[in-house]
Amino acid sequence: MVSAVFHSPRSGHASSARGASSNRPAAATAAPSRPAGRDWRPLWMAVLPPLIGLGLLVGLWALVSSLTQGSIPTPYETGLQAIDVFSDPFYRKGPNDQGVGWNVLMSLERVAMGFGLAALVGIPAGFVIGRFDFLSRMFNPLISLLRPVSPLAWLPIGLLVFKGANPAAIWTIFICSIWPMVINTAVGVQRVPQDYMNVARVLNLSEWKIATTILFPAVLPYMLTGVRLAVGTAWLVIVAAEMLTGGVGIGFWVWDEWNNLNVKNIIIAIFVIGGVGLVLEYALIRVATAFSYEDVKS
Amino acid sequence: MNADKFIQIQNVEQTFKTAKGLFPALRDIQLNIAKGEFVALIGHSGCGKSTLLNLIAGLTTPTHGVLLCANREIAGPGPDRAVVFQNHSLLPWLTCFDNVYLGIERVFGKTESKAQLRARTDAALAMVSLSHAAQKRPGEISGGMKQRVGIARALAMEPKVLLMDEPFGALDALTRAKLQDELLEIVAKTQATVVMVTHDVDEAVLLSDKIVMMTNGPAATIGEVLHVDLPRPRSRVELADNAQYQQYRKAVIDFLYTRQGHVEKAA
Repeated sequence: MVSAVFHSPRSGHASSARGASSNRPAAATAAPSRPAGRDWRPLWMAVLPPLIGLGLLVGLWALVSSLTQGSIPTPYETGLQAIDVFSDPFYRKGPNDQGVGWNVLMSLERVAMGFGLAALVGIPAGFVIGRFDFLSRMFNPLISLLRPVSPLAWLPIGLLVFKGANPAAIWTIFICSIWPMVINTAVGVQRVPQDYMNVARVLNLSEWKIATTILFPAVLPYMLTGVRLAVGTAWLVIVAAEMLTGGVGIGFWVWDEWNNLNVKNIIIAIFVIGGVGLVLEYALIRVATAFSYEDVKS
Repeated sequence: MNADKFIQIQNVEQTFKTAKGLFPALRDIQLNIAKGEFVALIGHSGCGKSTLLNLIAGLTTPTHGVLLCANREIAGPGPDRAVVFQNHSLLPWLTCFDNVYLGIERVFGKTESKAQLRARTDAALAMVSLSHAAQKRPGEISGGMKQRVGIARALAMEPKVLLMDEPFGALDALTRAKLQDELLEIVAKTQATVVMVTHDVDEAVLLSDKIVMMTNGPAATIGEVLHVDLPRPRSRVELADNAQYQQYRKAVIDFLYTRQGHVEKAA
């Protein structure tokens, strides 16, 4: 499986040297027109388009709000409400009324648990599936069969087996985040360049040395892609799972506010979910670039 | 042991299974290589030069026939037959030092102290004049430097045989010439037996004692063996207008382009 991850040209610039070199001509053409003083164009290009994009979203939102006669609250109202919500994110007024901070933290905890267990199982499984053809042939049909299943379909099984909402939600996260990690790790192991394996064979390295000095570093970028996809999916799924299981969590919060017909809070929740997902993704991209090496064949 | 038959290749045939059926790569390969001899394998692309080198390295086993090194059958790869790969194959996550150290640790790790191993690594990098780049990663140095690290890694293991698969093929002409001169010096110093795959006629004549010319594939075999009796040390500048050198050169070119020139048809 190949990961499809959206990159804007700017994020490419920030994360890879290749992006930087392709950006250089643009800066160079701008420089001669303004030989003295600082060249502000790159800064403008970095700030202005995202602001316009954000403005477009808010404008569209305001338009929809006025068209629905206020059943969708205006950006301004929501903004006021957001200030209120974020001014006290960690209050506790009973099991079903807790601050947005607690909700996010509880969701993140479930994601971390489910995801951590999936990593613990999925990454070693990916290694052996990639390394041994027999196991690959044995497990590939199972993976192909189970992977397309919506993780939420596993929720009843989780509820039945674990007899509790919280473990069932964690189980759902486990199921949805294990596949990208198994598959990407296995593909990574299978794609370790034959040259490296030939080096290992000529040097007659031990199996342990091969695993630690060749396989693991070579697979790491693939593995991290798997991890990134897994965290992304887990964060998507937790919201839905919590809507069904209840308890404290950002997904439950959305559902609770829907029952209260508090649409402002739902919109705030959408932004919170988006923001947290963005941070998770960005952090993992940073980790991944720190562990990517230049290809030897270049 | 007969020193003239350090490496013996007897009736070797190599057939690959491909999607289109069996592909005969090599047939009837008979070759003896003496200890300390420098042998070049030359031929057009796809003639099985690298296949033959991989067989000597033990990375692949022949379909038929036997390969011997020091009177023992080559059953698999080993550090006594070090390989310098075409694309250097340095591990990009290790520094140059660690890349070289990896092989040294494997060969001498059981008998020598850490300090001795490190000294060997330093010496190997110094030999290819790369001491200053020891702590750099392969991604931070030029192609020529990477190839030199690859050579240092191979030589540092003190192999009986040095196998080189077009080691300078990806380099520019000036870097290549410099590395060829360095290689000549190193080989003179270490007395290593070298088998080198190349498609560069000048490189073959300049470096080799023996040039093995291969016919075109499929089912390639050894077309002709040319002994190069030029005195060592050799200097490329002096050889440039040496009549004997020109003759050897012409003999190889004649083989490659006149007798085996129909490479498009074969490919």
